[in-house]
Amino acid sequence: MQPLTNRAKNVDRRPMTLAERAYLPAILKGMGITFSHLFKKKPTIQYPEEKRPFSQVFRGLHVLNRDEEGRERCTACGLCAVACPAEAITMEAAERQEGEENLYREEKYAAKYEINMLRCIFCGLCEEACPKDAIYLSETFAPANYDRKGFIYGKNDLLIPNPLTDREAYEQAAGGRVRQPVAGR
Amino acid sequence: MISTLLAMQMDWALVLEKFLLIVVVVSVSLGFAMYSTYAERKVAAALQDRSGPNRFGWFGLLQPVADAIKLFSKEDIIPNKANKVLFVMGPGLAMLAALMTSAVIPWGDKIVLGGREISLQIADLNIGMLYVFAVVALGVYGVMIGGWSSNNKFSLLAAIRGASQNISYELAMGLSLIALLFVTGSLSLKDIVVGQQTNGWNILYQPLGFLIFIVCAFAECNRTPFDLPEAENELNFGYHQEYSSMKLGFYLFAEYINMFISSVIMATLYFGGYDIPFFNEAASSLHPNILALMGFGALMAKTVFFVFVFMWVRWTIPRFRYDQLMNLGWKSLIPLALFNMLITGAVVLYLQNGWPKF
Repeated sequence: MQPLTNRAKNVDRRPMTLAERAYLPAILKGMGITFSHLFKKKPTIQYPEEKRPFSQVFRGLHVLNRDEEGRERCTACGLCAVACPAEAITMEAAERQEGEENLYREEKYAAKYEINMLRCIFCGLCEEACPKDAIYLSETFAPANYDRKGFIYGKNDLLIPNPLTDREAYEQAAGGRVRQPVAGR
Repeated sequence: MISTLLAMQMDWALVLEKFLLIVVVVSVSLGFAMYSTYAERKVAAALQDRSGPNRFGWFGLLQPVADAIKLFSKEDIIPNKANKVLFVMGPGLAMLAALMTSAVIPWGDKIVLGGREISLQIADLNIGMLYVFAVVALGVYGVMIGGWSSNNKFSLLAAIRGASQNISYELAMGLSLIALLFVTGSLSLKDIVVGQQTNGWNILYQPLGFLIFIVCAFAECNRTPFDLPEAENELNFGYHQEYSSMKLGFYLFAEYINMFISSVIMATLYFGGYDIPFFNEAASSLHPNILALMGFGALMAKTVFFVFVFMWVRWTIPRFRYDQLMNLGWKSLIPLALFNMLITGAVVLYLQNGWPKF
């Protein structure tokens, strides 16, 4: 029969030699192999202390972005929800009241914004759809939880810390992925 | 009557001394077994390029404590249809048989305390090796009773396998030891060690015998490649399937104590026991206590090496099939041991009497 690949090897069916039947040479050889592994470098990453760097294009948990004055950028237009193939995003819009100009960038804002992390497939289409640079996928992922409700992330889970009051936490959450607010944009 | 009582009173110091020695030996065995579980994980990890337990204590050194706490806090289940008396007795028997062997092992030479010479051996029986054999044979009862009384067919199958394996390999082990007895001329373990101090280690005279002995020791301890009694993928978990909590812990622990004791016996019989290599104990001017301590250290070093070999083999060789196991035992090891015995006997006779005149 024609072999399908050039990697095929015939099985050696010759009767075993005395050395092979005595087991011991083969066992000693095997023990040599395992012993050499004592001196090999361990590939283990000691997880909580040491973290594996993510790829440049890793898509993790979402963050809702703020602008340079700490105002929420989201206007609850619903494009992300429409773009979402897993239908993980729901939101409710509200009108900005007098005196809330320092909270919301536009006249309309998302009063409720929820992403169901059990539905989300982290495709990043919401990020692409957003016309206001309001939603980004970060470098972290959803931690384990005890019940399903815990995976529905609301606004307080998603919103990035205010860059005016807590610059450090903001930088950390942004992590080089979120586009830094540019003045006058 | 009174004279006997007086004589007994004279011996209170001896009784106390032996009692203390027993306590020390048993706790050392238990402590060693405890850390063998840790060492097994670490060795397994190292051989497989992993890091092993390293969270609890420095380098995970407190891991055995965590395991003990876990085992103690588990629910202790006795199956409804189990034979309750035997079910409880099984792990105890396994543990007892494992610990009893340590009584005849010379852990070192004597130490001197307040002008009193204390031998570091619980009992120097003149039939020491026969005693070891008798106790090792008792170990089968732990497996057999545990497997039978739990009223589970997998446990029973495993127990039958374990019992037949132990009995088969005891024969070859005994035959390999008879050849050793030809060389040493004594059954007392102390005499065997003293003989090795003057004549050189027995491994030089009995390499084949040692090979047979170590293979049989692996089989007696139910260690891989002969761990058929607890073959997880064939028998779920083996003869201790129905056990939980510390009863299971006893079985697992007894296995490690067995491993420790067989390592000590191998070191004692073939590798000079507490003899320090390339060092003449009799001619040295060191204090006998320091010598005894060094000797104990030498014995422990050899033991640790053998325990490592046990683990090393476990993570190298896959399990034998049952028919392969029996073939190896009955068709290879027993004839080999007989051959070894005959050759040794002939050589010993030749050395004693010269070439026979017909």
